Amino acid sequence: MKAIAARRNHRFAPVVLLLLALLVTGGVYAALMPSPAVAAAADQSDIEGGKALFRANCATCHGPSAEGREGVPSLVGVGAASVDFQVSTGRMPMQQNGPQAAAKPPQFDEEQISQLAAYVASLGPGPAIPPQEQVDPAGGDAANGMALFRTNCAMCHGSIGKGGALSEGKYAPSLAGSTPTQIYEAMVTGPQSMPVFNDANLSPDEKQDIIAFLEEQKAGSPGGTDLGAIGPVAEGLWVWVVGIGLLIGCAVWIGAKSS
Amino acid sequence: MSTSTTAAQRAAGGTADYLDQRTGISLAVKNFARKIFPDHWSFLLGEIALYSFVVLLITGVFLTLFFVPSMGLVEYEGPFAPMNGVEMSEAFASTLDLSFEVTGGLLMRQIHHWAALLFMASIVTHMMRVFFTGAFRKPREVNWLVGFILMILGLAAGFTGYSLPDDVLSGNGLRITDGVVKSIPIVGSYMSYFIFGGEFPGEHIIPRLFTVHILLVPALILALIGLHLFFVVLHKHTHFPGPGRTERNVVGFPLFPVYVAKAGGFFFVVFGVLALMGGTMTINAVWNYGPYDPSPVSAGAQPDWYMLFLEGSLRLMPGQGTEWDLWGYTLSLNVLIPAVVIPGILFTLLAAYPFIEAWATGDKREHHVLDRPRNAPVRTATGVAILTAFFILILAGSNDLIATHFALSINDITYVFRVLFLVTPFLAFWATKRICLGLQRKDRELVLHGHETGRVVRFANGEYIEVHKPLDEYERWIRVHHEPRRPLEIEPAEDEHGVRRKGYRMDAIRARASRFFYEDRVEPVTPAELAAAHSHGEHDALPAGEPETQEIGAGSGGGRHAVTGAPLPDEGDTPRPSVQDH
Repeated sequence: MKAIAARRNHRFAPVVLLLLALLVTGGVYAALMPSPAVAAAADQSDIEGGKALFRANCATCHGPSAEGREGVPSLVGVGAASVDFQVSTGRMPMQQNGPQAAAKPPQFDEEQISQLAAYVASLGPGPAIPPQEQVDPAGGDAANGMALFRTNCAMCHGSIGKGGALSEGKYAPSLAGSTPTQIYEAMVTGPQSMPVFNDANLSPDEKQDIIAFLEEQKAGSPGGTDLGAIGPVAEGLWVWVVGIGLLIGCAVWIGAKSS
Repeated sequence: MSTSTTAAQRAAGGTADYLDQRTGISLAVKNFARKIFPDHWSFLLGEIALYSFVVLLITGVFLTLFFVPSMGLVEYEGPFAPMNGVEMSEAFASTLDLSFEVTGGLLMRQIHHWAALLFMASIVTHMMRVFFTGAFRKPREVNWLVGFILMILGLAAGFTGYSLPDDVLSGNGLRITDGVVKSIPIVGSYMSYFIFGGEFPGEHIIPRLFTVHILLVPALILALIGLHLFFVVLHKHTHFPGPGRTERNVVGFPLFPVYVAKAGGFFFVVFGVLALMGGTMTINAVWNYGPYDPSPVSAGAQPDWYMLFLEGSLRLMPGQGTEWDLWGYTLSLNVLIPAVVIPGILFTLLAAYPFIEAWATGDKREHHVLDRPRNAPVRTATGVAILTAFFILILAGSNDLIATHFALSINDITYVFRVLFLVTPFLAFWATKRICLGLQRKDRELVLHGHETGRVVRFANGEYIEVHKPLDEYERWIRVHHEPRRPLEIEPAEDEHGVRRKGYRMDAIRARASRFFYEDRVEPVTPAELAAAHSHGEHDALPAGEPETQEIGAGSGGGRHAVTGAPLPDEGDTPRPSVQDH
């Protein structure tokens, strides 16, 4: 303790203190961070329960019978897949107006989501939530998925789905955290700026191939940390920060004994 | 023990003697070993470039052992599942093999690519050092040009290198190159056909790039590095201003043993950092992009950082109304201006700057003592303006990533950058020049009046004075050594007979350039001014035993004069022997 006290005026003391403070803050945040809802097994959905949830949480914008209004889409005929995608990714209920609804931790648990989906599906026919075996990455061909992804998805989502910019503040989100079901639902329902890829554009098997390709990306990069997998800009940034940074540090050290 | 040492020594001596008798090398070794180099960390920046080039050669040789520079089509069979059975060029397939099957191949690829980025980054940093310290002045203008060509060759090496794997991303880059070449009026389409051996992409570009990348460009770089270093030895190294450092000497340490150890050690540091980066950070993950196919372009398609300014320039250029159809020929100003004219202006300015400055200054003497950047405000401001333009273009080339990472609208970013690109270089020039002049004024102030000590002394008559500590010799020398630079004076337009003088108009232009450089200036403190400032101190000197005598005068000489000139109300109480003054 005495040794620490003696060094409290050392010129690196503020740096050490700052690092300690950051460490403590980070630790506390990690301990108290809200954890994403754990999915419970899906029950037989209840349209009435979904209707009550809809009235309480969605009707303000979408209208009491989901008919929509100006600027807010009608939900009649969007199908269970659309509800499941929007609500399970936290995009709906929407937090605030903006160029597009952002993903956030979902507000409802799995049972409530299936109730909401059942209710909206009861309003008119639309795409259903795909069965598990339809979205199972193991059943897809990653190489074919790669080719399909490059032609159909990469111009917005980037080469391996790390996201990209669209016009006026809209964006194609990163697909890294999406579940196979959500990816499939997004393709069939075309949320926000995304086009719909119906079964004539991409057959269900091809959709599964794309899911398999995206699942391959979760293995990470064989070359070390992927620097966000956003391409040469990040590499350029890091060569200046790490490469030139470290080497100028070393140069100062080597040249320090200046005459 | 001693005998073995003797034996070793004898062997070494014998070898040296054998070599010396046959090559006369001892003279060269002796001269070279005693060559003096000055010590400063910024003199090591060029070494980073040299060492990353050595690393590039070593890793590059390894890569050539496995890379197949062919556009022949094969079907990939290998451990990387997302490519299995995909048709691709042999170049791409061999790059995948290098990455996933050759032992140490991925490490070598990544070190090679990081070294390439570092090579360019260190060249740019080194150039900044040379530019801002005025190390390009006579006799080193030619070496500046050699360095400039090395930078261009570095760009060429990088560009030809990252196109080799024949992946989608680098293919996009080649497609842009094709477009840029085609935008050149009249010869463009012929040149494009010449480069690609037909319509893009053709089947020749990869083998051609390979030859350029592994033979032509490295040989040129190696030769020019030799020339560059030869000039460094010939001209001797510049040094920063300091006591004892003049235009006629070099103050530093001998090459052997000091710099042999430092520079040799630094090579391993550079190699170590590159190996660390290559071992831990993915670079150019070609397996993500897939084999080249002219149809897809993915989001986030950018070139390596040193080409990013070109990408940004293209992204900023408005497309509508800038493509003209003239007599059946297309003039693509939307490509020609951002990709040819703007880089042309930036690079020409950079290459020609030493000659422009020498012309405007009219200075034909040799310079071996470096300038402090503040003492050349227009030069420093020009450099900052070029860097600002370059940096804005780099940011514009990353506009989609700025949009996604900072939740901004890409349209707004582009509009803002268009304005910034045209405005900020001028703002940066103005601000830098003002800051430089301000720093020079501060230097002047310090030399004349010394450091503030924060000690306030009250005299018996009630006057307060802050004690200033004069600069020591070393501090003062750095702030006063430079010579004043003034605009050129030109002879009048007509001689005494009223005849118009030849060459007057050229002189007038030159004088205007010179005024642009040196009209706003802060003159360095002259010995007379320094003496005057100090003599005030002597007038106001306090009786012995008061240590702050000198400083007081230096701090407020002018103010005191007025006081000493006036009749003092209470002469007896004032401890100021200003009597001699009257």
